[in-house]
Amino acid sequence: MKSVKRGKVVSYNKWGYIFLIPFIMVYLVFQLIPLVSTIYNSFFENYRSGLTQIGPNFVGLENFKTIFTNGDIITYAENTMIMWIMGFIPQIIVSLLLASWFSNPSLRLKGQRFFKTVIYLPNLIMASAFAMLFFTLFSDGGPVNSILMQMGLLSQPYKFMSNIWSTRSLVAFMNFLMWFGNTTILLMAGMMGIDTSLFEAAEVDGATSSQVFLKITLPLLRPILVYVMITSLIGGLQMFDVPQILTNASGDPMRSTMTLIMYLNKHLFSKNYGLGGALSVVLFIITAILSMIVYKFTNKKVD
Amino acid sequence: MRNDREMKVKKGLDVRVRRVIAYVVLTLISFLCLFWFYVLFINATRSHAELTKGFTPFPGSNLWINWKNLSAGRAASALPIWYGLFNSFFISTLSAALCTYFSTMTAYAIHAYEFKLKKFMFTFILMIMMIPTQVTALGFLQLVGKMKLDDSFIPLIIPSIAAPVTFFYMKQYMESSLPLSLIEAARIDGSGEFRTFNSIVIPLMKPAIAVQAIFTFVSSWNNYFTPALILHTDRKKTLPILIAQLRSTDWLKFDMGQVYAMIVFSILPIIVIYIILSKHIVQGVAMGSVKG
Repeated sequence: MKSVKRGKVVSYNKWGYIFLIPFIMVYLVFQLIPLVSTIYNSFFENYRSGLTQIGPNFVGLENFKTIFTNGDIITYAENTMIMWIMGFIPQIIVSLLLASWFSNPSLRLKGQRFFKTVIYLPNLIMASAFAMLFFTLFSDGGPVNSILMQMGLLSQPYKFMSNIWSTRSLVAFMNFLMWFGNTTILLMAGMMGIDTSLFEAAEVDGATSSQVFLKITLPLLRPILVYVMITSLIGGLQMFDVPQILTNASGDPMRSTMTLIMYLNKHLFSKNYGLGGALSVVLFIITAILSMIVYKFTNKKVD
Repeated sequence: MRNDREMKVKKGLDVRVRRVIAYVVLTLISFLCLFWFYVLFINATRSHAELTKGFTPFPGSNLWINWKNLSAGRAASALPIWYGLFNSFFISTLSAALCTYFSTMTAYAIHAYEFKLKKFMFTFILMIMMIPTQVTALGFLQLVGKMKLDDSFIPLIIPSIAAPVTFFYMKQYMESSLPLSLIEAARIDGSGEFRTFNSIVIPLMKPAIAVQAIFTFVSSWNNYFTPALILHTDRKKTLPILIAQLRSTDWLKFDMGQVYAMIVFSILPIIVIYIILSKHIVQGVAMGSVKG
């Protein structure tokens, strides 16, 4: 009787493997093999020059040398980071503020559902359509200039797209709008998880609300803050749709809004697989390191 | 005693003031989120001539004409918007269906069975969760070319079966609301494992599946990077690619009314879905985040 039962348990558990087959097959074919062949490509010279195909010839680490020495990758990494930081700082400040208001029971804010619905909306809007919208709204003869002139704030149209910092600000602003709602909801979930007796104890001791926020909420929220920051950084490294559509893939003015993925996209379209591969590998290593940090942090929380 | 009462008064005022500040800031931020869409919808109702004269806060009467011009493809670029809509809809729906079904299956494998590689698989999926699709795009493109799937929808749909983020959400949901005793009971009743999964697990997972189906649908609908690399024929393109095309044509020669109508056309379906389901979507975001 017992041995029959044990035999059955074993035969059930083989279903664990069977149910994993679709995931493993698709992952292997569409992600793992591409990853390996991307890495493989990064060691070969392989591009088109006019009508002639050069390579593929094995060149070792030559592609990596090229992308680092010609300076492009440094410039584009800088652009990406600058625009990410310009968007992330207001994003985390506004999100912390809103999340602490939403989760504060003594404030009893009404219409929370409405506000949450509104601030999350930009996240679901097609980034390319959103960028196209901003491009038309902020164009030289567009509505924003028209409104500013009607209000008497400007005497002639401001050329948002011809100025390095105004273009970068637009990209950062769009990223901020698209992501602060999401961050607010994440932080709020974290704040709700804090033991309320801590707040009560602080209140009994006569702590002010800003003291409670700085001395209790923030320190306890640190794991989630790190998680939010690093996932946002990984997302920032992937910045593509918004600057690509806003600047029509040029990264203008003067390549100041060209991001790393826009650069990669250029190589993919021109079929320069050597340099594209090297760039992908660099990006892969950076995101892998960042993911490890996230993994460490989330695991600590589970323990 | 008096001191105590004073403190209470001070605190009461404090809360009231803070509440007012909160409402003012929240209203400003909501305005900041909605203003662009307000301008978009107003401008979509105005003619090109009206638009060049400057902005007015009231809608015009040209919506129907803009829309007819756009859908008849009378723009300089003649965008195949109906094909775009259909393609986007087709790819997003199938991706959402496959992604949720197979992610539930993967999560069920890890959740309900004990096997040697279980812990390894779980850790592995968590590790690959953050790897962006862009870094493997090069190899992906080459592979798609070799498989003769270039300019086809298949490489945009099938990969959604392996979605670590959706898997993780499903796994979380199962831990809280899929008791193993139920599966045990089904086994005693003689139900096969595959049938148990389809007729007991899937119905129980419906709330989680619905939330994840929406997210997968939306992200597939909005996806621009991969489809732009794979789809080349005009009639196979999805809406984001058409938007990019609109941007790259000499837009100064364009009827701006049509440009706004096109933007509305591509985001309206998502806005409608969001208005209907916003409660579940916002809750879904919070739920997925609880244990990061």
